[in-house]
Amino acid sequence: MGSLTPGFHGRPRPQGVALPPGQYVTEDFPVLSAGPTPRVDTATWQLDVVTETGATHSWSWADLMRLDQEEPTVDLHCVTRWSKFGTSWRGVSLDTLLADVASAADFALVGAYGGYTTNLPLADLLGGKAWIVHTYDGAPLHPVHGGPARLLVPHLYLWKSAKWVRSIRLMVQDSPGFWEQLGYHDYGDPWREQRYQGD
Amino acid sequence: MTSTSARLGGRVGVRPGWQVATLVDAWAESPSARTLVLDVPGWPGHAPGQHVDLRLTAPDGYTAERSYSIASAASPGTASSVGPETVPDAGPTRVELTVQRVPGGEVSTYLADAFAVGDTIEVRGPVGGWFVWHPTGTTGPLDPAPVLLLAGGSGVVPLTAMIRARRAAGSRVPFRLLYSVRRPEDRLYTRELGVPHPGDDGVDVTVLYTRSAPLDARREPGRMTPADLAAWGWPAELGPACFVCGPTGFVEAAATMLLALGHEPARIKTERFGPAGD
Ligand SMILES: Cc1cc2nc3c(=O)[nH]c(=O)nc-3n(C[C@H](O)[C@H](O)[C@H](O)COP(=O)(O)OP(=O)(O)OC[C@H]3O[C@@H](n4cnc5c(N)ncnc54)[C@H](O)[C@@H]3O)c2cc1C
Repeated sequence: MGSLTPGFHGRPRPQGVALPPGQYVTEDFPVLSAGPTPRVDTATWQLDVVTETGATHSWSWADLMRLDQEEPTVDLHCVTRWSKFGTSWRGVSLDTLLADVASAADFALVGAYGGYTTNLPLADLLGGKAWIVHTYDGAPLHPVHGGPARLLVPHLYLWKSAKWVRSIRLMVQDSPGFWEQLGYHDYGDPWREQRYQGD
Repeated sequence: MTSTSARLGGRVGVRPGWQVATLVDAWAESPSARTLVLDVPGWPGHAPGQHVDLRLTAPDGYTAERSYSIASAASPGTASSVGPETVPDAGPTRVELTVQRVPGGEVSTYLADAFAVGDTIEVRGPVGGWFVWHPTGTTGPLDPAPVLLLAGGSGVVPLTAMIRARRAAGSRVPFRLLYSVRRPEDRLYTRELGVPHPGDDGVDVTVLYTRSAPLDARREPGRMTPADLAAWGWPAELGPACFVCGPTGFVEAAATMLLALGHEPARIKTERFGPAGD
């Protein structure tokens, strides 16, 4: 491999930071979406959790705001190779949201305004690992970054953190979401560089 | 060839693993952009709009990875390019990329300035199955609707691949490209997209200059507006397939205008290249 890209030296390596393989650090907040940015009014915003039996639990914006709020500071890793350290958010833990939902499901399919979907094991939404966030860096989350509210699952590649979150369908069997049907990895662990199917 | 093409629609993902490719040709596409022709042994073919991932390795083992859209037409064995003076026959294992030099950029400056013919690089792909246009229906669902391409800067690269694929397939689907660039010297594929190219009847190209325009420009310099889309794009009633590509700011602005003009969100596919805007 010594002969690959001769003369390439790259930037000074980041020191003392935990960067997953193939990622680089950015100070910006780049945007990745498959289509136009939906504009969703908090007056009509709604989040539905639908269990495998069809039971539906719904939250309005006011309902969401009444729940316990947390302020996670997390690192983000996007499959397009940028990582952003120390981003601060405010929102509701999925542990809080799903606490009273009765389910035997192992998987979740998250849906968004605009039609986007992504799937992940339910275990990755629970245990203090995932939030519905509405505030970024002290300000209401901008629509290009998923406002008014997005899912935040920072231990997986960012496409799992569905912007403009609208629904969470709990399922007994896994079912691929939007990028997952298009060849991206079913799980998407940045530390194991699970970018595409087969990784 | 058709059997190869037929398999493509089913394989929208990426071939696992990396391959070593060799730079076999390169030329300046503009003063600040360079087209690279890579020979990728075992290249499976691609659909227009897909990209590759490149991995660069430094002597100490440090690697950097970036995505670059494929500029060449999908069909193996088709001459896909008209640049520079001689037309290289883009064989089935040839993949063309065009890299815009980003000032201070770690990877683009290397690819534009230092990467020499004969050098090797790791490639993975083709990647992406969403931002693609299928010219014939043999490689995916045939969409007979007119096509609206909106390009900001180097966002023209995958959209040019679509125009080249249309030409290679002899498709008659009407295309309109609105191409936003700062100045005349920033244009890519100037000759190919400028003078109607054989096989490109039905492809209309409008260049929108944001900073300075030549005398024969269709309008004064300035950013793309809804009036430009109304004048040079397709009306929403025709239900065109819209592909928007470029820096994030351009893509956001263009997609928002399309929605305001009544285009269906589901008909608008976007690819965002990066943070920098014009
Ligand atoms: C799917 C996809 C397809 C792409 N296709 C192409 C293509 O066909 N041709 C092409 O030239 N590029 C393309 N890009 C962009 C490319 O991947 C790199 O981001 C770009 O070349 C900059 O990399 P760099 O290492 O030189 O800059 P970095 O060292 O990563 O960044 C240097 C500085 O430039 C800024 N910057 C990063 N990216 C861009 C950008 N795209 N434009 C302006 N400023 C930027 C950064 O914020 C930073 O401040 C594509 C990106 C994606 C996600």
